[in-house]
Amino acid sequence: MVSTVSFTLNGHRQRLSVDEDRRLLWVLRTDLALTGTKFGCGHGSCGACTVIVDRRAVRSCQTPVGTLAGKDVRTIEGLAPADGLHPLQRAFIEHQAYQCGFCTSGMLMAAYGLLLNVPHPSAADIVQRMDGNLCRCGSHTRIVAAINAASREPGGRS
Amino acid sequence: MRRRDFVKLGAGIVVACRIDPLWAFQGRGQLPRFNYPTDFNAYLRVGGDGRVTCYVGKVELGQGSMTALTQLVAEELSVAPASIDMVMGDTDLCPWDLGTFGSMCIPVFGPVLRRAAVEAREVLRELAAERLQVPAASLEVKNGSIFDPRDPEKTVTFASLADGKAITRHVSVVPPLKDPASFSVIGQSLPRRDATEKVTGRAKYSGDLRLPGMLYAKIVRPPAHGAKQIRVDTSAAASVQGALVVRDGDLVAVLHEQPDEAARALALIAAEFERGAAAIDDLTIFDHLVSAAPAGQQIVGQGNLVEGERAASAVFEETFLNAYVAHATMETHTALATIDGGKVTVWASTQAPFMVKTQVADSLGVPPDRVRIITPFVGGGFGGKTMGQQAVEAARLARATGRPVQVAFDRREEFFYDTFRPAATMKLKAAIDGAGKIVLWSADVYGAGEGGAAPIYDIPHQRVVVYGGWQAPAPGLHPFGVGAWRAPAFNSNTFARELLIDRMAASAGLDPLTFRLNNLSDPRMRRVLQTAADRFGWVPSKTPSGRGVGMACGVYSNTYVATFAEVTVDGSGQVRVKRVVCAQDMGVAVNPQGARTQIEGAITMGLGYALSEEIRFRDGEIADRGFDTYRIPRFSWLPKIDAILVDSPDVPPSAGGEPAIICMGAVIGNAIHDATGGRLFQLPLTPARVREARMTHL
Repeated sequence: MVSTVSFTLNGHRQRLSVDEDRRLLWVLRTDLALTGTKFGCGHGSCGACTVIVDRRAVRSCQTPVGTLAGKDVRTIEGLAPADGLHPLQRAFIEHQAYQCGFCTSGMLMAAYGLLLNVPHPSAADIVQRMDGNLCRCGSHTRIVAAINAASREPGGRS
Repeated sequence: MRRRDFVKLGAGIVVACRIDPLWAFQGRGQLPRFNYPTDFNAYLRVGGDGRVTCYVGKVELGQGSMTALTQLVAEELSVAPASIDMVMGDTDLCPWDLGTFGSMCIPVFGPVLRRAAVEAREVLRELAAERLQVPAASLEVKNGSIFDPRDPEKTVTFASLADGKAITRHVSVVPPLKDPASFSVIGQSLPRRDATEKVTGRAKYSGDLRLPGMLYAKIVRPPAHGAKQIRVDTSAAASVQGALVVRDGDLVAVLHEQPDEAARALALIAAEFERGAAAIDDLTIFDHLVSAAPAGQQIVGQGNLVEGERAASAVFEETFLNAYVAHATMETHTALATIDGGKVTVWASTQAPFMVKTQVADSLGVPPDRVRIITPFVGGGFGGKTMGQQAVEAARLARATGRPVQVAFDRREEFFYDTFRPAATMKLKAAIDGAGKIVLWSADVYGAGEGGAAPIYDIPHQRVVVYGGWQAPAPGLHPFGVGAWRAPAFNSNTFARELLIDRMAASAGLDPLTFRLNNLSDPRMRRVLQTAADRFGWVPSKTPSGRGVGMACGVYSNTYVATFAEVTVDGSGQVRVKRVVCAQDMGVAVNPQGARTQIEGAITMGLGYALSEEIRFRDGEIADRGFDTYRIPRFSWLPKIDAILVDSPDVPPSAGGEPAIICMGAVIGNAIHDATGGRLFQLPLTPARVREARMTHL
């Protein structure tokens, strides 16, 4: 059913006239031209489409846009502060924690969601919370190292 | 490239190199099995702004080619890497290339590109000599400038030499490539050039491109390979607002301005298919590969097997199997096509833009010069993105609708149309003498292909025959598409060989490292084995020792690799890999951090085909079509990984993307045997197979 849905997207108020059953992933990628969030499987089993809703990492391919009314949504496009990169992004570069880069947006947002809720994660916390995010290139060890490094940075958890 | 085509590259110095393919392969000891063109093969443009644009047909798949190829140009041209712009995989702008696979960017294409840069540097030096009125031989080239070291006044930049002019010229004598001892850019861990784009979500993949008026297509697909479309009722789909149904022969699609709406409309289409005859499944395939095998090709023949058997004290005969596995790249096959004034342009996720260009041209019946393939970032390939089905479909639908059309496979389509790594049956026979020397090796390899099938050990009497493989498989051999999968055939053949080697070591009463070294004279192989053993802290013991440790080694395209692993096996047969140490001799590593990343990635990816990845199927129907049942490696599987680059400055840069994966099935298989005493013969090494192997042993 088409209705008006308002939420905060990357710090800005967003008002959409949209079928509220449509999945956030497609609304982001098509209606809003925010293509940093990727389609990987469409079933919530790969994590490529991970975004943050009210400080929690969620699968945008499973999230009806109608459920977002009044909520705060952040995508990869809203991770970096205006004056540079988020510590997680810097750590991913530093540790060369990606190869093809296709899972990277989802990895970063899942990691961001982790740090928002567990500011000082152990390696086991990182592995457990990231386990649903798939990477085919095999950058896992570097991703764990990057998240660990970013969690020690000032600003890494905000 | 024709002369008039230079114009569209704009002003600047264009260096067009005529590369003799024989030259490019000097010192490699072998010619490639394909024909590189003998016409212009690499282009560099020095702009009036001093920036260098490098046009290559290679593609950035994640392996870091954009960065490593930049380093090659920077080294030979003597400019800062940051001043080089890479244009990759655009068939209108870049010279022909076969495709980005086989770890060939650096060892095969690298010398070609470096030579182009050398010639460019020499052209610039000549131009500078004319400008400065100084003999070219007395000028030095450094960091984008050319100067007379004895007269600091006499300096000119690349930018000013190129200013506003389009110059094509050659030098009569092209000096040799730089000696590795003088490298200043090659061998450095230059940060990846795609870094910022990829961590900000700004990197564009084929599915991220938008054109005015574009439509997203979802296509009616058969339920099984071999199924034929009987009838399709699209009436319900057509009732979805904004949905456009298109029939182009057998291609039935529904298109919409929203991809999710197109998918919703597709679900309303009722399609009937006639299934093919009942055929093979994932259990019967291994016998089928033998019974339906094409004629064998003997790739190794040496000595006399009868004589070998006479010298033998123990003979071993085993059959090894491996399943079909999927590429399962995170990015599915995607393309966006548009047709404008008779020119077809397709942005496609592909490893082989020039092959896809031919496919699209053939399919549309247009001359190839009316087709342009552009390759944005590609979200993983591993050999799975060489066929351009999605590009062809997008182009056909763009023609049918007159609008730009995107085709992006969903995950189920991706698993269905994947060109899997073939299943394989490998029948091996080998023998040792009383001194623990291998005296005989005989292998019949069905389905896999020849890569890695030749034994790497010193064996006087050997014979290897290969019956079909991943390349151009005989019709009917495989029930669906197969193709290259990261280090094609090597994973299968290395598994079989290295497990049999361990078996013989145990029979000889020798530690598996000692046994290998006793049968290897190649110094590079001995060195990687010893290096990995030292780092691993190998303590010699006969197997099974109960420790759960093992090793495997192999050679892939002049890169030597030895891998050691430690595993635990629980009561259910579940294997956990705790630690992997891998030593690799790949000659000069152009970008050591990038090379280590590739090794780690290969090890991590290799856990999958070793432990869990297996496509189950029956009568053309693929059972595993999602990440729920097709399990690929995850964070929780991670071993501690130690990747060692063995310093090898005298060997030219060699393969980097694939070698480290080839040992993974074997090293884990050997470590499981060391832990449990159970012998395994089939990949993947699932808990059920591990349990069964243990029981067989007891």
